[in-house]
Amino acid sequence: MDVNFQFDWSAAFGSIPYLLPGIPWTLLISFGGLAIGFFIGIFFGLLRISPLRWLRWPAIIYVEVFRGTPILVQVLFIFYGLPQLLGGPINALVAGIAAIAVNSGAYISEIVRGGVQSIERGQGEASLSLGLSRTQAFRYVIWPQAFRRMIPPLGNQGIISIKDTSLFSVIGVSELVRQGQIYIATTFTALEVYFMVALMYLAITWTLSIILRQLERRGLAGQ
Amino acid sequence: MSETLNNTTQPIVRMQQLNKHFGSLHVLNDIDLTIVPGEVVVIIGASGSGKSTLIRCINGLEEFQSGSLVVDDNELLPYGKSTQALQTIRTEVGMVFQQFNLFPHLSVIDNVTLAPMKVRGLSRDDAVSNAKRLLDRVGIADQADKYPSQLSGGQQQRVALARALAMEPRLMLFDEPTSALDPEMIGEVLDAMRELAKEGMTMVIVTHEMGFAREVADRVIFIHKGEITEQGHPEKLFDSPQHERTQSFLARVLKH
Repeated sequence: MDVNFQFDWSAAFGSIPYLLPGIPWTLLISFGGLAIGFFIGIFFGLLRISPLRWLRWPAIIYVEVFRGTPILVQVLFIFYGLPQLLGGPINALVAGIAAIAVNSGAYISEIVRGGVQSIERGQGEASLSLGLSRTQAFRYVIWPQAFRRMIPPLGNQGIISIKDTSLFSVIGVSELVRQGQIYIATTFTALEVYFMVALMYLAITWTLSIILRQLERRGLAGQ
Repeated sequence: MSETLNNTTQPIVRMQQLNKHFGSLHVLNDIDLTIVPGEVVVIIGASGSGKSTLIRCINGLEEFQSGSLVVDDNELLPYGKSTQALQTIRTEVGMVFQQFNLFPHLSVIDNVTLAPMKVRGLSRDDAVSNAKRLLDRVGIADQADKYPSQLSGGQQQRVALARALAMEPRLMLFDEPTSALDPEMIGEVLDAMRELAKEGMTMVIVTHEMGFAREVADRVIFIHKGEITEQGHPEKLFDSPQHERTQSFLARVLKH
């Protein structure tokens, strides 16, 4: 058997110009999806803690469905399945963003719920005792405190979603992994190219970690 | 708005046959309580006797199941059904909590100005100057720009007092205001409350500070298992309690 133990640095560096164009797509799908997922998460997270049962149930079902099924299946369903219902093809980029949105939205709604429920009861009681309405108590007292506590888990979810976009090579979006695969198909340098792909994900997620740490530090300064 | 026919004998709180249950537990049992403006009422009793629950009913933080409760001409209905009256009552009734419950994400001055601006519609300038006057009154004017976590417990509780007073309440409720404080800080909070009582504020205070109760209360109420066992002038209640339960409670708390 002919095994090549050599790591070919020139092949690794040579792949960079081909991989770099994948980064904007990876970022676009990640952050586009997360931005929408954030609003979905707030919406369902707040429904989930409503005192009204018929508002809580849709939120519970949403979370169970999109947290309980693989994101790969979700994106395949959206890209290949939905067109049969809609009668027309769905753009792969749109499908990717939608998959990240509905998937991260399910996790983010749990983060929102946990954040809001973690605020001590006394905060709401003090607000109400001062004459604030429930809405005002939430807006000025509960939410600002809950949001600060949500930053670390939100950052965590952001990193997970960025990595999840790597699965979307299956629907042909020219994100990082897809770019790598195409390149490997002609050069057969899988070791070097996937190593560089991994490094690029690490560069993105690490940068995000640093930004989040700064945010956390600033956000907690007042406490 | 309350009408001007209030004379001094018109009660600010009128509670009749009030009953509250937590599941099978009968927390408040046929409570009758009338409080007139300017009165300082201290409620004592063992933990779990229902004394905190009682004052939390007055501003609707707890619902009750039957009976009637009128606060400053606004009637609170059983099961928290009186939303509008509740809102009015809460703007007229201030509360100080055992755990302070300051807003940790807001500076001291913002803690005090939040409700006057959002509820009373005061301008920021008016709210701030009002808040500074109140902070000065409770002796912490120099801490206005700090955050609650940077203050001692005693200072935090005085901020909480200023925050409640900023709404210009007609009645103040105190739910064990010194129970979470280190012993050396109890005095400063009691001093601020003493001042408030002297100025004629109507106060309902749940506390274990018997010396303070004896000194400032117009009336002391002893609650046992959700019932008012005995009430009266502090000297009478502390020096010659009529009921056996009051006697044994006082014997226990006054021993140390």
